[in-house]
Amino acid sequence: MSFEMPVETWPAAVSTVTLGATAEQGGTRTSTVTVGGEATLPFLNFEQETPNRPVIAMEVFDEQPSEWPAPLEAAYSDVWGDPAQWAQKCVEEYGADLICLRLASADPEATNASPDEVADHVRAVLEAVGVPLIIWGCGDYDKDNEIMPVCSQAAAGERCLLGSAVEDNYKTISACALADKHVIINEAPLDINIQKQVTILVTDMGVDPSDIILYQTTGALGYGVEYAFSIMERTRLAALGGDAMLGMPMLAVVGAEAWRSKEARLSDEAGAEFGWGPQEPRSILWEAATATIFLHGGCDILTMWHPEAVALVRRTIDELMA
Amino acid sequence: MALSAIEIYQHLPKTNCGDCGVPTCLAFAMKLAQKQASLDECPHIGEEAAAALDSAAAPPMATITIGDSSKALKLGGETVLFRHEERFHHPCGIAIEVSSDLPADEVTAKAKEINELEYERVGDMYGVDLVAVRDAGNGSFGEAARVAAEAGDLPLILMSDDPSAMGAALEAVGSGKPLIYAATAGNIQEMAALAKEHSCPLAIRAEGLEELASLSGQALEAGVEDLVLDAGAREAGQVLQNETAIRRAALNKKVRELGFPTIAFPVGDSVVEKSLQACNCIAKYAGIVVVDFTDAVGILPMLTTRLNIYTDPQRPPQVPPGVHEIGEPGPDSPVLCTTNFSLTYYIVEGDVSASKVPVWVVVVDTEGTSVLTAWAAEDFTAETIAAAIESSGIEEKVNHKNIVIPGGVAVLSGKTEEESGWNVIVGPRESSGIPSFFRQQGFS
Ligand code: B12
Ligand code: SF4
Repeated sequence: MSFEMPVETWPAAVSTVTLGATAEQGGTRTSTVTVGGEATLPFLNFEQETPNRPVIAMEVFDEQPSEWPAPLEAAYSDVWGDPAQWAQKCVEEYGADLICLRLASADPEATNASPDEVADHVRAVLEAVGVPLIIWGCGDYDKDNEIMPVCSQAAAGERCLLGSAVEDNYKTISACALADKHVIINEAPLDINIQKQVTILVTDMGVDPSDIILYQTTGALGYGVEYAFSIMERTRLAALGGDAMLGMPMLAVVGAEAWRSKEARLSDEAGAEFGWGPQEPRSILWEAATATIFLHGGCDILTMWHPEAVALVRRTIDELMA
Repeated sequence: MALSAIEIYQHLPKTNCGDCGVPTCLAFAMKLAQKQASLDECPHIGEEAAAALDSAAAPPMATITIGDSSKALKLGGETVLFRHEERFHHPCGIAIEVSSDLPADEVTAKAKEINELEYERVGDMYGVDLVAVRDAGNGSFGEAARVAAEAGDLPLILMSDDPSAMGAALEAVGSGKPLIYAATAGNIQEMAALAKEHSCPLAIRAEGLEELASLSGQALEAGVEDLVLDAGAREAGQVLQNETAIRRAALNKKVRELGFPTIAFPVGDSVVEKSLQACNCIAKYAGIVVVDFTDAVGILPMLTTRLNIYTDPQRPPQVPPGVHEIGEPGPDSPVLCTTNFSLTYYIVEGDVSASKVPVWVVVVDTEGTSVLTAWAAEDFTAETIAAAIESSGIEEKVNHKNIVIPGGVAVLSGKTEEESGWNVIVGPRESSGIPSFFRQQGFS
């Protein structure tokens, strides 16, 4: 029999978004990252080439994280008191495509650093590395509305990715992106309609659709990964079907979720009680497997923690792109 | 190709008698075309018409069975491309390989180990499904297959390209309906004959989709109807494309030759790499994955990926609401409160068990949602917690009125005290903090 490839045609494509701005573009980045542009489902090269590979952003906290499990401590304890050095290590040693800076020190329940202090952290990281930056607030809406304008301005013109605009708190961050030429993350709680609503709200503020990345909350492998995976698949199908309000590249927060899981956190001894094997490969693989599932959902930007998980996922991306 | 309603209608009696439950033959044809009715609902259909329509009514992907024990594995029968459309029907089979060049007692030991691999997750036990015996070409394939079959109930995959070795192994295992892997362009007639003779499912390995469809057609012609497909690629990217093309060809184009479950062989330089590649395959359409390690580090993520991908997207797994006991709690034991989402409940249960403190748990009916989801959806509130305390009958079981709520919903504490009359203690955010929380509170 003669076999015909079951090729499908899609009326629309995902938007293409470039992060980072070089000197010519008004910034100081030495490299930029372009994501999106897919005109088919992930990695179906028989249908359409994937124009831009998914990228990995490595996360850096602007103060030392508490209670990090041993494998992460081993990787970062030499730099985790200094976000600039930490970022440098991720780029130079581990080849991070981007740095995702978490302004955790601003959290009012913790150090409660001032807007100027956290803006200094942003400047220090921008100076230390040439890759584009994701800058994410501390999660407290009121505080984020205070710090993000100052941080955004400190990075003006750099085309950073700012996190995050949510249904109940999108105005300040949209204004930052518009004023200082950044890109924003639209966040929704695993809900396609809310995701659309956030896009409508921020584009009404004047943010260009090509300056938006979509983020639906993430669940780790064994802890709700399937909800996030299916939301991504639905979002991507809607995008390819022509729904412009969902037609942007997607991001997933992998490291933070995967490392909350028991499979990642249990030590060698505690894991042995369940016959789970040693913590280091177990936790690294848990993070990498969570990331891999999202690649199949259509994710374009993965934020990750452990350098070996990053290396594993990078190789998987290479293989899927081939 | 699927028939349209009009094409089906041409074969129906056109009497509009209504015995099929819809008023007209055309209406019935439309239901058939949408696969909402089955042909035998029309009692008046002639034999010839039935034969013509049967192939159109057949499901686009066959369901096949490997093995004949209580552990027999059903595969295939999928009807959709995406899990949000409908729950996938038959979870991907996980197989672990044993090579026939091991001494017989080692084959036995390894097969036993594979049979016994099991891990608990969310209150259930999950293990692997198949033992794959690989012919190392040293003449001991039959013997290895025999001892592997005797080592446990898991069905087998017999892996050899040599029909005479395969014949000997099939004789050696007797029945048991193992999967024969594999028929190739070089041996398809002999392998198909063996599959027929022993009534076993047959896997086909080809180089590319075109050859796969052609070999599959030959096997069907030879009368073998239970097939498993391998398009030959091993690199992640090509595997994904083949798997997708096979699933689409089967479901959307009704290519009968490709309407079968697939088998994948993850590759890599280490257990971690192979396991990751296996997770790739499980996420996207593989019917069976075969790996060559038994390490928990590699097997656990595969089992979990499968569990997640194949859960029902409409209905989260739940535990019954009401009072649950962990250990053997008494009147002084602490009372905890959580939701009836299985994942939440069993994570809490695991952490409480680790603390060795016996407790009562009041499980609130949140329709199977997690603590924060239920809180956001207003299913886990001061009112629902108070009602659950009341209706659970926990008051008669203990001599105190202290209840621990999850740290994530600390904001509920005041209101819950008001509503229930119980003293609310805010526990840690993550249940992994429960053992040390109990120590601080002086429970042991
Ligand atoms: C998967 C998920 C969903 C799934 C539902 C899954 C389910 N069956 O519950 C879906 C997609 C349906 C969903 C829907 C919604 N979700 Co939701 N969802 C998640 C997600 C990604 C994971 C939740 C999960 O399964 N966690 C794992 C379980 C085990 O956690 P847990 O139950 O909290 O249990 C832990 C602790 O609470 C503690 N614990 C539990 N019990 C006890 C008891 C005691 C005594 C103690 C001490 C500790 C303790 O230990 C456990 C392990 O650490 C989270 C984000 C995230 N990554 O956490 C958002 C999240 C919970 N969802 C959220 C929201 C807002 C919603 C929606 C309201 C959105 C919407 N409008 O559509 C809906 C509501 C649905 C409805 N109407 O029913 C928000 C909640 C916001 C908030 N903080 O208040 C979150 C946090 C996302 C976010 N950041 O915005 N969601
Ligand atoms: S039972 Fe058969 S003949 Fe009668 S209406 Fe239905 S399809 Fe037509």
